[in-house]
Amino acid sequence: MVDGTRQVEDLHLRSLTKSFGDFVAVDDLTLTIPAGSFFALLGASGCGKTTTLRMVAGLEDPTQGSIMIGDRDITALRAFERPVNTVFQSYALFPHLDIYENVAFGLRRRGVKDVRGQVERMLELVELGPMARRKPAQLSGGQQQRVAVARALINQPDVLLLDEPLGALDLKLRRQMQIELKRIQVDVGTTFVHVTHDQEEAMTMADTVAVMNAGRIEQMGHPAEIYETPRTVFVANFLGQSNLIAGRRTGVSGDHTLVEAHGLTLAVPSNRCFSLGTEITVGVRPEKITILDAVDAGRIPEGHNRLEGRVTDVSYTGVSTQYLVDAPWGQELIVFEQNVIVGDRCEVGDPVVLHWSPSHTFGLHPAQGGTAGVDPEAAEGARTAAHLLADGTGV
Amino acid sequence: MRWLRRNLVGIVAIAVLVYLFIPIAVIMVLSFNKPAGKYNLKFDEFSLEAWANLCGVPGVCSSFVTSIQIGIVSTIVATLLGTMIAFALVRYRFRGRSTTNLLIFLPMATPEVVMGASLLALFLNLRFPLGQITVIIAHIMFIISFVVVTVKARLQGMDPRLEEAARDLYANPRAVFRYVTFPLVLPGILGAALLGFSLSFDDFIISFFNAGTLVTFPIYIWGAAQRGIPVQVNALATIVFLVALVIVLTAQYVNHRKRRALDNPTPIAADAALPRS
Ligand SMILES: Nc1ncnc2c1ncn2[C@@H]1O[C@H](COP(=O)(O)OP(=O)(O)O)[C@@H](O)[C@H]1O
Ligand SMILES: [Mg+2]
Repeated sequence: MVDGTRQVEDLHLRSLTKSFGDFVAVDDLTLTIPAGSFFALLGASGCGKTTTLRMVAGLEDPTQGSIMIGDRDITALRAFERPVNTVFQSYALFPHLDIYENVAFGLRRRGVKDVRGQVERMLELVELGPMARRKPAQLSGGQQQRVAVARALINQPDVLLLDEPLGALDLKLRRQMQIELKRIQVDVGTTFVHVTHDQEEAMTMADTVAVMNAGRIEQMGHPAEIYETPRTVFVANFLGQSNLIAGRRTGVSGDHTLVEAHGLTLAVPSNRCFSLGTEITVGVRPEKITILDAVDAGRIPEGHNRLEGRVTDVSYTGVSTQYLVDAPWGQELIVFEQNVIVGDRCEVGDPVVLHWSPSHTFGLHPAQGGTAGVDPEAAEGARTAAHLLADGTGV
Repeated sequence: MRWLRRNLVGIVAIAVLVYLFIPIAVIMVLSFNKPAGKYNLKFDEFSLEAWANLCGVPGVCSSFVTSIQIGIVSTIVATLLGTMIAFALVRYRFRGRSTTNLLIFLPMATPEVVMGASLLALFLNLRFPLGQITVIIAHIMFIISFVVVTVKARLQGMDPRLEEAARDLYANPRAVFRYVTFPLVLPGILGAALLGFSLSFDDFIISFFNAGTLVTFPIYIWGAAQRGIPVQVNALATIVFLVALVIVLTAQYVNHRKRRALDNPTPIAADAALPRS
């Protein structure tokens, strides 16, 4: 769809701020979204994602800051003057127009020639050709969603904004549409800014993920990078799960910072330690930990971080087994073990030792407390589901 | 007994319908009457005279046309003004907005006699000659209320994101109104206009106070009732009823077809619900 000559440019937000009365919905946001990238803005409900998009679209005036595409400042442009289009959270298809006219709307307003050819090609791209003369209410949710994408994309915007576009779809259709959207993005090469609260969706679709919390960006980067190296407690908990152990800085050993926690000494690579003070929260992802029967403690490689504990819960989830292990100081740690082991698994009550490589360890500033970003419902839900599977009582 | 209990709802429904339609049926039947005396009250002899000679009695047709004219003019003016007021009330914040909201209801709440009498007092004080103009002014006044209320409800019920989507898709404010807002509010405006017209056509009390020597259809019937209502009135009433019926049925039919299309998207939608890949 994109003509080769069209220059795609970066989107810059500079100190973008939006207050509603005393409440700051978006707080001094500065970020650059690379041209042609699939950018995900990930955050819990109410953290300011929609407000950010609305400011970029021109539907909301920023309290402060500016929005630039390349070196053009578009902050003062009105919505209909911006080279930006939106796929709305609830699609907002025009109910009185058929699919064809919905998709043609933007072209007609701009007085573009060859509306027919373009609309037909666009409907082809989203596989809705035969639906052209239906009204939006006659389509299924997934089809409406594709119309919304087509209606925005046909204008060849510099930036396409998608506000939780898959939120209204059921899980199966959602996975399908994720692939579909990604395919379309690669096809057209337009910059996509995709807002979502679903971390899996953000990670599977985006080239770059920005984790947003309370109006600010907590961390931004390639999905694998933020997952492997979270820089804040919020990110460590919001994106996947983490074991976080509070400790104090005691010294340095080579490239590693040593942290004393509950009588143990844990090593964190200094370049993965993001706390500058004495207090350091040591983190490790559950799948990075190896669980061993206490009697096998001798097999632990030299230099690994290790701690002893007792198994309190075992859930078999098919791909992996999820253990809950009580540390001596009472904290519950999570361990995922790939089901590649033939023979006995650890059982509830077993004394075990956990170990993991220091290179998988990260050190965080503890300011927010250990539970920031934890989604209690999701954590509880996952645990229950695993239990049901393990007991064989589910399904 | 069991039979009665099972069919009670149906029986009551039929009874209510009969109750509602008897007066209309009587009017229709009597339009084919040739009354023996001067009162058209009981069926004496079948005749098509009234239908063949609709304007046969002096004053019937001219008053009918007068009422139609008044209805059309006041409906058009009231719909235009009322629609604009409704937009202003919903879309703009201005001083006196809530007062206006309240005042708009007054004409609907005021007893017609009071309103008719006070308007008359006003016109007399202004030395404004009574006639078609004064009746139209009076009608505009009360139709506006209905238009404002209906259009306001429609506007408030509209998803604001539709207009935002239009703005996002390069529609300037005028285009947003023309291609999105107006088409979406139009059914509400049309409904209000239909209601307004029928209220105007029907109005006796307010018109009577402010008509001077002008004779509207209701005023004509009221006058004729003293001397015996001519059969032509029944015929005209039947025509009005049938026209109204056709309008209502058409609206129902259109709605029904729309609803059917909305309710059964499955057979159409299922075939392409999933991307073919
Ligand atoms: N027009 C508004 N007036 C007042 N508060 C608002 C308005 N729009 C959004 N907010 C508030 O700003 C915060 C962020 O909202 P939003 O950007 O919609 O969050 P998200 O899309 O991330 O769920 C919310 O707490 C919301 O209540
Ligand atoms: Mg939102």
